Amino acid sequence: MTSTETYNYKVVRQFSIMTIVWGLVGMSVGVLIAAQLAWPVLNFDIPWLTFGRLRPLHTNAVIFAFGGCSLFACSYYVVQHTCHVKLAFPALAAFTFWGWQSVILLAAITLPLGITTSKEYAELEWPIDILITLVWVSYAVVFFGTIMRRRVAHIYVANWFFGAFIITVAVLHLFNSAALPVTFWKSYSAYAGVQDAMVQWWYGHNAVGFFLTAGFLGIMYYFVPKQAGRPVYSYRLSVVHFWALIFTYIWAGPHHLHYTALPDWAQSLGMVMSLILLAPSWGGMINGIMTLSGAWHKLRTDPVLRLLIVSISFYGMSTFEGPMMSIKTVNALSHYTDWTIGHVHSGALGWVALVTMGAMYYLIPRLFGRELYSLKLVEVHFWTATIGIVLYITSMWVAGIMQGLMWRAINQDGTLTYSFVESVQAMHPYYIVRTLGGACFLFGAVVMAYNLWRTIANAQPVEVEIPAPASAH
Amino acid sequence: MSDFNSDFWHWYITILTVLSILACLWLLRWMTSGFQKTGKVEDTGHVWDGDLTELNNPLPRWWLGLFYITIAFGGFYLLLYPGLGKFSGLLDWTSKTQYEQEVSRVEAEVGPLFARYQQTPILDLSKDETALKVGERLYANYCTTCHGSDARGARGYPNLRDGDWIWGGTPENIKTTLMQGRQAAMPAWEGPLGGERGVDEVAQYILSLSGRATIEELATKGKAKFEIFCVACHGADGTGNTALGAPNLTDNTWLYGGSLTRISESIAKGRNGKMPAQGEFLGEAKVHLLAAYIYSLSQQQ
Repeated sequence: MTSTETYNYKVVRQFSIMTIVWGLVGMSVGVLIAAQLAWPVLNFDIPWLTFGRLRPLHTNAVIFAFGGCSLFACSYYVVQHTCHVKLAFPALAAFTFWGWQSVILLAAITLPLGITTSKEYAELEWPIDILITLVWVSYAVVFFGTIMRRRVAHIYVANWFFGAFIITVAVLHLFNSAALPVTFWKSYSAYAGVQDAMVQWWYGHNAVGFFLTAGFLGIMYYFVPKQAGRPVYSYRLSVVHFWALIFTYIWAGPHHLHYTALPDWAQSLGMVMSLILLAPSWGGMINGIMTLSGAWHKLRTDPVLRLLIVSISFYGMSTFEGPMMSIKTVNALSHYTDWTIGHVHSGALGWVALVTMGAMYYLIPRLFGRELYSLKLVEVHFWTATIGIVLYITSMWVAGIMQGLMWRAINQDGTLTYSFVESVQAMHPYYIVRTLGGACFLFGAVVMAYNLWRTIANAQPVEVEIPAPASAH
Repeated sequence: MSDFNSDFWHWYITILTVLSILACLWLLRWMTSGFQKTGKVEDTGHVWDGDLTELNNPLPRWWLGLFYITIAFGGFYLLLYPGLGKFSGLLDWTSKTQYEQEVSRVEAEVGPLFARYQQTPILDLSKDETALKVGERLYANYCTTCHGSDARGARGYPNLRDGDWIWGGTPENIKTTLMQGRQAAMPAWEGPLGGERGVDEVAQYILSLSGRATIEELATKGKAKFEIFCVACHGADGTGNTALGAPNLTDNTWLYGGSLTRISESIAKGRNGKMPAQGEFLGEAKVHLLAAYIYSLSQQQ
């Protein structure tokens, strides 16, 4: 081990830039489909521009392209910095970048063409699934290879979460995508009926639990203490909430199938485990926010830190809302309504996107050896994003609860008070507000992209030497 | 319970669930015992990346309380409700019985109302404002998906207001349609008619039946074919037969569109429209009232 060895920043730079690019793409599609729900004429009667095809494109783009690139970038950066070693297997790491971009590109082509398995968040057909598997195994080899070469005894908490996320997503992807191909672009699921539904939501909810939660908690555990310049609040808390989160998340899937053909016992278990999940989730929130103790004043002056802290607050809020919605009596009202969409976006915009953006403001200037171009613009971004999220989730709360109440309203003669289309009609104003909220959020992201672009314009990629680990005291 | 085909899975579920919950408890005990009372916050002594360190604050008490409460609630819930494999819970609750109870409760409430309507002839009901209001709501709940909220139908779904009835428009006909459903069976005639040319000829003749311009030469040949293939159902004069659900071809009302292309398509490929039976689903009393409402629509010309 020579002291002049440098970090592998190249692959981190690549993933970071694509995080911003795919973020803009995914969010733009989101705003378009939100507008389509308010003004259906925007479907233009062109099949590949219709809501049904663009919606999976939106979800795939924001989760796997924006979120995925962010996870790759941050985990590759963090694992090098906290292991004091260069990234293992550089060629394989480069393959994960180009492989993942190919997956995204193929998704962007096949989904609008209507090529889909119809499994939510796993719509990509089998040839692309195989490519995902190859990329993911390479990712695991690079990540764990780097961990194994670490020069410090203890594995930093962020890496526990990245590790759990990588392993679990591999298992989820393999089992849920098991299918029988009939042609190159068409396959049928290996499971049938309610078992298919259960496997799908076991996958679907853990895509939320491990991809969008565990992975991003890994991001939080590095970038929050770094940006705040404070130690992590409690090691003990991180142990408890890590293991409890891993234990319980994996059970929560059945709450997506309340009051369906799924057997009662499975529904009960899904609900119970979702409730027990509340405290482990909040453990992460406490550890993130309390890391600021002794540095609260920094929130006034540092908009990047504020982005990170607000993201943790949204994490806390949506991980309270989730267990509550999994209670069967609440679910009887909320299920199939826009409340669910609001809940997802308070997590997706509030938590996942904001923590990513905070991390990118920290990361990208350092990868290019520059200072951030403008803190004022981060301020603008922070406020437009926050207002956008609030507009989005409040409109969806009202819309969802209203739908739920309209659907269950009964006349004295036992007939439903409202026909379905009346409830659709009642949604119009809320769908407009939601579109506005999304547009605000997108505007903030454009401001961020401009700010970061000005930050790195004409910059030369930097090589940074790996410092020797500090000796334990 | 029939959800398990062997006891193995029952035990698998039960043991894993209980162990996982106990593991959470054990984790909490392990991380609180011995640590909580020291009173001062230590540092773990680990350092990463220059300045990344960890404190070791005790678990917040309110948070611990929350964790214990959710675990207790979970245990309690699994005791009362089905969850642990085959164990059906102390309350013996199932979603099926809950559903059945709710349905029979509503039936007991509204049953007498509909039973009363069932005693009244459809014709009388169709003039009873209150009955029609109830019928309209039934229609909005169950029929709008296909026939539209204005009851004017869509291509392939009959307009219920135009007084034109494929299966007959008497109150009893309508009730039978609703109770038993209807399955139309217009065969594909492209083969028997000798291909596209034959279809064209018959289509031209059919245009002439509703008084529209045709190519004389083709229509004459079409008439000959019509008399062989079509009269059995649609009748010699083309006015159809409600007993068979064969539409009247002379009134210029078209279920699948009246353009030459659409008519040719109907002849060449056949049509097999299906009205699902509602009798078993809604019960005769509601169907009776619905029939009155639908009949009333066709009377408001």
